[in-house]
Amino acid sequence: MDHLAPILIQVLNGLQYGLLLFLVASGLTLIFGIMGVINLAHGSFYMIGAYFAWSLASYFGNLLTAILVGVVLSVLLGLALERLLIRHFYGRDHLYQVLLTYGLILIFEQLRSLIWGDEVQGVKVPEIFNHSIPLTDTLSYPVYRLVISAACVAIALGLHWLIRRTRLGMMIRAGAHNREMTEAMGINVRMLFAVVFSLGVALAALAGMLASPVSSVYPNMGSQVLIICFVVVVIGGIGSVKGALVGALLIGLADTFGQVYLPQVAGMVVYLLMAAVLVFRPEGLFRKT
Amino acid sequence: MDSHLPGMAQANPRALTIFFLVALVGLVLFPLTGSVFYQQLLTKVMILSIFAMSLDLLIGYTGLVSLGHAAFFGLAGYSLALIQPKYDPMSIFITLPAALAICAVFALVTGALVLRTRGIYFIMVTLAFAQMVYFVFHDTALGGGSDGLYLNNKPLVGWGEVKLLDLENRTTLYYLVLVLMVGIYLLLRRILDSRFGRALQGIRVNEHRMRAIGFPVMRYQLGVYVLAGVLAGLSGYLSAAQFGFVNPEIISWHQSGAVMMMVILGGMGTLSGSIIGAFVFVLLEEFFKDDTVFGGLARHWQLLMGIIIVGVACFLPRGLVGLAGGHRRSSPAIADKRDD
Repeated sequence: MDHLAPILIQVLNGLQYGLLLFLVASGLTLIFGIMGVINLAHGSFYMIGAYFAWSLASYFGNLLTAILVGVVLSVLLGLALERLLIRHFYGRDHLYQVLLTYGLILIFEQLRSLIWGDEVQGVKVPEIFNHSIPLTDTLSYPVYRLVISAACVAIALGLHWLIRRTRLGMMIRAGAHNREMTEAMGINVRMLFAVVFSLGVALAALAGMLASPVSSVYPNMGSQVLIICFVVVVIGGIGSVKGALVGALLIGLADTFGQVYLPQVAGMVVYLLMAAVLVFRPEGLFRKT
Repeated sequence: MDSHLPGMAQANPRALTIFFLVALVGLVLFPLTGSVFYQQLLTKVMILSIFAMSLDLLIGYTGLVSLGHAAFFGLAGYSLALIQPKYDPMSIFITLPAALAICAVFALVTGALVLRTRGIYFIMVTLAFAQMVYFVFHDTALGGGSDGLYLNNKPLVGWGEVKLLDLENRTTLYYLVLVLMVGIYLLLRRILDSRFGRALQGIRVNEHRMRAIGFPVMRYQLGVYVLAGVLAGLSGYLSAAQFGFVNPEIISWHQSGAVMMMVILGGMGTLSGSIIGAFVFVLLEEFFKDDTVFGGLARHWQLLMGIIIVGVACFLPRGLVGLAGGHRRSSPAIADKRDD
């Protein structure tokens, strides 16, 4: 057990990182797949979530309440953005979507600076989860990280249920498969798009909130996550939630083990993985055609 | 070939041509004013114009939306910094071809991969490869980490003791950059009017048809990808030479986004638009940073820039040149259909 414990810790860390990436990437891939919109600002929602968690937790004195209120706020933010801006970019050249969402990143980043400042902030781990499970005499594993993983798994199952078992999910799947036909069948695609977009925003923000006690809260924290999630989506295949899950776990583990065993090239590991997938499966592992 | 392909760049209307000639005379005469700050700013802008024109080759003419173009800019800058000995100047005739060759090889290898993808994938994959380059220089000792590297000498234009131009003199550098910008503009005009250039524009409008009538589409796209990478490398090389240092920020995706903004702001698919875009973008940036106008908000100048970018995306898809009504562009929908 003693020599396995460090590896177990890395596996758990990799899974936890991968599951968090999945929350961000699943929204990204749904927005791509269903709405045909490339959203660079998705990482900003992760950052906004983390700042919500920090400021709301200090207001309510309780991370759980903060997360609940934060999710509601993020859904409202998503609805407002879709209504005001994103809606006008459906069916337009991706170039303009890139430009729009690039501009949004700059705006969100500066608003963050104006509202919350530029310092690194910490969020306290909730008291009930603030202890560790001993693995060996010297090594232990923090419970809160397990809680993050468990929460992400629960959300992934919920998402699976939503997409596979509900009427809304049926519409989402139909929309991803053939947008025009879905509309012709009388589905309100406009409403569907608004729901999908705010669902994506809420998932990304939730990931930021869950991660905030572990990663702390700091400026520009979204852009790193965004680019890794692009890699996840490229590996998994656009529009595939299953692909996002597999891709995210793969990247989470590869990155975590890369940091430990190949620290000199750790930054590159995930991109090399992506290059390999591109050589053999340019459409991603789970692209539905 | 049909000379009325939709979206093909057409001759500038007379007003625009006159505007450009006047602007060119202005640029030639500018060093006479003796304003060091603005002369250096203009040097920077002209270098960025070359960068923007190179991206316009991909975005505007071939329909390849690259969000990783800063990779070439940074790669060439770092190449110069790494090849040149620390304390002795080295001939530009060695360092420049070497830097450009590195960019060409990188473009060839990554191009072969990214061109297997289309549409949204292409955007994400180009960004991801640029990010890979970013981490190579950010994380390893090679690139000096987040501080970057200093260049103690400007490249030597000449051999050994023979010095043809003195780049330490900022006016000489200014004119060299001006000549290069105008030269590349004219060269690209010729290339785009050639068979190769017309084939590229055909590919943007309808890739499948071009393939059906026998054009090796992939080879043409790879060709333009390498050309754009090399030209971006040239601008990155000049930029490193001008400022005397390189850091990972020049490879960051903010740089890639900024140059994309320049291309669209000016009007994509028009080389002159890229130049206008670079000028307006940098001047706006300087204006927003001016705290005598914006006070405390000047520190948050990116907020204003972001609002401008969102505004351009919403209301000015054809850019400033489009506003002048000089150019026809295919509707964005055509470019969209290409992806499916």
